[in-house]
Amino acid sequence: MSVLAPAVPVTAEERVSVASSWRLIWWRFRKHRLALASAVVLIALYVVVLCPDFFSTQDPEATDARLAFIPIQRLHVFDGLHPSPWVPDVAGKRNLTTLRMEWRVDETRRIPVRFFVTGYSYRLLGLVPTRIHLLGAAAADGRARLYLLGTDRLGRDQWSRLVHGTRTSMTIGLTAVTFSVVLGVLLGGISGYCGGPADAVIQRLIELLQSLPTIPIWLALTAALPRDWSPQQVFFAITVILSLVGWTTLGREVRGRFLALREEDFVLAAELAGASQGRIIIRHMVPTFLSHIIATSTLAIPAMIINETSLSFLGLGIRPPAISWGVLLQEAQNIQTVALAPWLLVPGAVVILSVLAFNLVGDGLRDAADPYSQ
Amino acid sequence: MAPMTRYVLKRLVLLPALLFLFSVAVFAIVQAPPGDFLTTYVATLASSGSSISAEQVEALRREYGLDRPIWVQYLKWMENLAKGNLGLSLEYQRPNAELIGERLVLTMVLALLSFVFTWVVAIPAGIYSAMHPRSAIDYALTLVNYVGVATPNFMLALVLMWGAFAYLDMSVTGLFSPDFVEAPWSVARVVDLLKHVWLPAVVLGVAGTARLTRVMRANLLDELNKPYVTTARAKGLSEWRLVVRYPARLALNPLVSTIGWYLPALFSGSLIVATVMNLPNIGPLLLRALINQDMYLAGSILLIYCFLTIVGTLISDILLAWLDPRIRFEEGMR
Repeated sequence: MSVLAPAVPVTAEERVSVASSWRLIWWRFRKHRLALASAVVLIALYVVVLCPDFFSTQDPEATDARLAFIPIQRLHVFDGLHPSPWVPDVAGKRNLTTLRMEWRVDETRRIPVRFFVTGYSYRLLGLVPTRIHLLGAAAADGRARLYLLGTDRLGRDQWSRLVHGTRTSMTIGLTAVTFSVVLGVLLGGISGYCGGPADAVIQRLIELLQSLPTIPIWLALTAALPRDWSPQQVFFAITVILSLVGWTTLGREVRGRFLALREEDFVLAAELAGASQGRIIIRHMVPTFLSHIIATSTLAIPAMIINETSLSFLGLGIRPPAISWGVLLQEAQNIQTVALAPWLLVPGAVVILSVLAFNLVGDGLRDAADPYSQ
Repeated sequence: MAPMTRYVLKRLVLLPALLFLFSVAVFAIVQAPPGDFLTTYVATLASSGSSISAEQVEALRREYGLDRPIWVQYLKWMENLAKGNLGLSLEYQRPNAELIGERLVLTMVLALLSFVFTWVVAIPAGIYSAMHPRSAIDYALTLVNYVGVATPNFMLALVLMWGAFAYLDMSVTGLFSPDFVEAPWSVARVVDLLKHVWLPAVVLGVAGTARLTRVMRANLLDELNKPYVTTARAKGLSEWRLVVRYPARLALNPLVSTIGWYLPALFSGSLIVATVMNLPNIGPLLLRALINQDMYLAGSILLIYCFLTIVGTLISDILLAWLDPRIRFEEGMR
């Protein structure tokens, strides 16, 4: 028999019949071109999250009022026909009536842009002290400026701030959803598996939380955070506040699955075989809807990101000096300022891009995880 | 109809209990920040260069009852609420009901208009998309929908305000022209309101419209594959009548039941847009009250939001039970 059976499955049909469920999901997911492209965008964003300082060109906190509102220097990849990136220099002059610095892009003076240049010192991944940055201006006179996304009213480099904001906002989305998943699976699981009074209490709690007006309550809760908390404490608190309501939908779904699965034959079989309750839940029940949970939670991340951004934008979420997308957009609150410096809206475009990517990946995952989809 | 009535009654009986729970939670939240209104007030005075003596602060604290234990303050609040008295705003020194009244009306007008916009745009768009799947317009609508869902509404408001300011040289903030801001209600003022309110209504409704279009498209596509549609088509019914008469109505069912849930969500959602676009809405009032710890004002507004949300949820549940016999049966069995 072993001689006849091929060691490696050859035909497509055989490959499908022996593939693990994760492999099947991956094969189906791969067919969604848009979802795959979005996944690449998300991976890129999370690489930035890992080491924002490496991708920064300047110290995100460094202020210099003389460098306020420098416009975007467009990055040119080719110098003539050679691939040699450069940006045009900017020259500022103070307008004597408005007392504002007015910047002019000078296309004739080119600042070469080089990879792996030395800049301000930081710790790579929080461990390795280094001064190497991915991009930087390489100029002989040492006063070359590289502002890929311009500067804000305090002369802080917006590109570097955006990179640091990405870390906060993307992490908040992920941690808040992780919290929600843990709470949702735990409480939903108890509710569905145990039933009885535990189920009743948890269901009422979910109903209670779901009939809260979320945005006003979030505002009230974040306004109640003590002003003297450190950025880390505020970050943690915001995460908890966001997931306070987020877990309820997932809790309901998990409960529904548990209720349905409890009656399945394979659970009975496991019970008869003498498996412990914990083992039945973790080993037999959870894997059947794990992919579904992953898809649902991917679709929950964008809502968290939008909520964090909105709260921070109103000044009640992440607070300066911590940087998040919402904090960056606070700079764009004044329309007169935006009219003079439209590049302050760029972080908003990044918010939209990331939310879009999460939604597309989530949709793709959901379709891929559904065994009945075509 | 008996189980249905019983179901509605049961929910109505639960309403005061829920409101009581929420009032406790709301009071705890507005009480939570360290210090009270007077600490914030003293800090504000100090930052503007003036000051107030410690005795005066103590006198004020006694006058407002802020020196009492928390549960006494809560009971006092509840007692007033039961009498229909929302209390006094510590900051504005005016009755809260007066402060909230007109702003609440404007909040509702905005939410209703936004709701109308959502449905008027989303339902036809969804029907068209489902009738012409994979057409150029369907793809275009899908793209718009994805971007619409992904855009935080304050971001949309910002971009529109910027565009109007920078390119059309006009200001799209507020709900009234300067002449009408303080004017008493009149026909001219209503006309002025309608001239201004549509833009925030659209901004507020975009995300909902995008979501609704997608749901409508998906629901209708499911219906269109069913045999009864084929039968109707075989009998020679025109395509338009065929879709609108039967499958569109069925596809609408689950959407109708979310109305009661969607309207309160619009009230809450308008909070952020209102702050960005500087609308004389209940949102900015709440934000200010929260920051200044004007706790009775904040508490009253939060409780109003809770009330609207509970009633909204109740309405959706009743609509759903009324529209879908399967759910009614289940509830009746309980």
